[in-house]
Amino acid sequence: MKLGKILSTLFFWIVGIVTIAPFVVIAGVSVNERKSLTFPPEGFNLGWYADLFLDAEWRAPLMTSLSIAICASLLAVLIAFPVAWFNWRYRTGFGKLVAGLGAMPFLLPPVITAMGFLTFFIILGYYGEFWTVVVAHAIFLVTLPLVSLSLGFEDIDTSLVEASRSMGASEATVLRTVVLPMIRPYVISGFCFVFVISLNEYIIAVMTVGAVFETLPMKIFNALRYGYTPVMAAASVVFVASTVLIFSLVAAFSDLPKLLGARSK
Amino acid sequence: MIQSRPRTPLGYLPILLPAFALIAFYIVPFGSMVGMSFFHNLGGGAYEEVFTLENYARLISPFFLSVLGTSFEVAFLVALFAIVIGFPFTYLLVNAKRGTQVFWLIVMLSVLSLSEAIIGFAWSTLLSRTAGIGVLFEALGLTEKAQSYAPSLGAVLAGVTYIAMPYAVLLLYPILSRIEPDIEQASRTLGASPLRAFFNVIVPMHRTPIVVSFVMIFVFTLGSYLLPQILAGRPTGRSRW
Repeated sequence: MKLGKILSTLFFWIVGIVTIAPFVVIAGVSVNERKSLTFPPEGFNLGWYADLFLDAEWRAPLMTSLSIAICASLLAVLIAFPVAWFNWRYRTGFGKLVAGLGAMPFLLPPVITAMGFLTFFIILGYYGEFWTVVVAHAIFLVTLPLVSLSLGFEDIDTSLVEASRSMGASEATVLRTVVLPMIRPYVISGFCFVFVISLNEYIIAVMTVGAVFETLPMKIFNALRYGYTPVMAAASVVFVASTVLIFSLVAAFSDLPKLLGARSK
Repeated sequence: MIQSRPRTPLGYLPILLPAFALIAFYIVPFGSMVGMSFFHNLGGGAYEEVFTLENYARLISPFFLSVLGTSFEVAFLVALFAIVIGFPFTYLLVNAKRGTQVFWLIVMLSVLSLSEAIIGFAWSTLLSRTAGIGVLFEALGLTEKAQSYAPSLGAVLAGVTYIAMPYAVLLLYPILSRIEPDIEQASRTLGASPLRAFFNVIVPMHRTPIVVSFVMIFVFTLGSYLLPQILAGRPTGRSRW
């Protein structure tokens, strides 16, 4: 009985350590004094981080990635919100159909979705325009805010809504003063999920605007092919840190286990 | 409170815009890609609107078939590893304290969301001669001299399993968190050790979710694009374009 406990704890921690190990190593190499790929690092130098934000070669892709991610997550939430609201407010086959449609893009491998957008925007003649990647990311990731918002709407205490309505509040007033404040954490978590994945997404971005814009994942991949620079490690560390930070914020402001489908205990 | 449908057609307005966006920017692009796959390919992205099956004929040529075969083998192995590691891990996770759960869920979400370029770079560093486990092995005296473990097929398997594992965990997490505690208690009362309870009760109970997750991880892995390129190098690369 004891043995089983020891074995399972050991297994859990080995998996955990292997999961974190790659990031410890890149954090280490990112502070190397010289332009070398060594771990443990030789010397200590934060200059590579400064390069990421000051060197135009790295700053431009960083800004491109951030702009795409902000626009795409806003758009995804704007598309998902009315669908989730409508399906909470009414029960119609049409509403269910649209929600089902919203769940589709995320089920197929992104390579397939990327190919679809590539052919589509080439046919339309908009290939390479900034807004195409924003639309492509928003559609590809709309499933995430749709799921978080649907969970959020389910959670609303309907007696509050009925109370406000019986006191004469109109549909718009109910939405603004009762529904929105209660749904806000789910709006934010939906936004965060899209933001993080869009920031890191490679294949759809490369197939829609790859010839015109360079995002940070593209920059890292291209730099990887032409040799090594510690700025790559610094960029990766910044991305890992912001990804973990954003998900931690989601966890802090909403119920992460529940958002991921755990039974509420 | 819940109505079956809006009172006036105007009530449908909020959902019409999202519906339009999804049709115009998902159904239509997807359809146009399927349509284009039947058009005559003139090379360099140009095409002629003539119905043909030649693109599919090229797909079953020996070259594409061998590429496809490697993709399927790798995806199969990775899905297997991801389930074998991910299932027990998730089972331990759902039984852990809430704080532990939240911590590892954040880690798993992060790994899953991170760009493959970053994961690939991190793994190629971890498997490199100068900054990776080679150094560790040398320091521990396991190997005479530090060596590099990437690029190789093993590196691809490790790297892709690394991103498939969190996917497995997030697929299984909602299912395993719904296990009634009574079930394990019952098997324990009947004298089974926790390990036996896990292998003889919990695993067989979840045959269906395991198979479904396996298929989903398999498809997910097939879509992995950058990692094989970074970790396999050119010769054994299984990039499909």
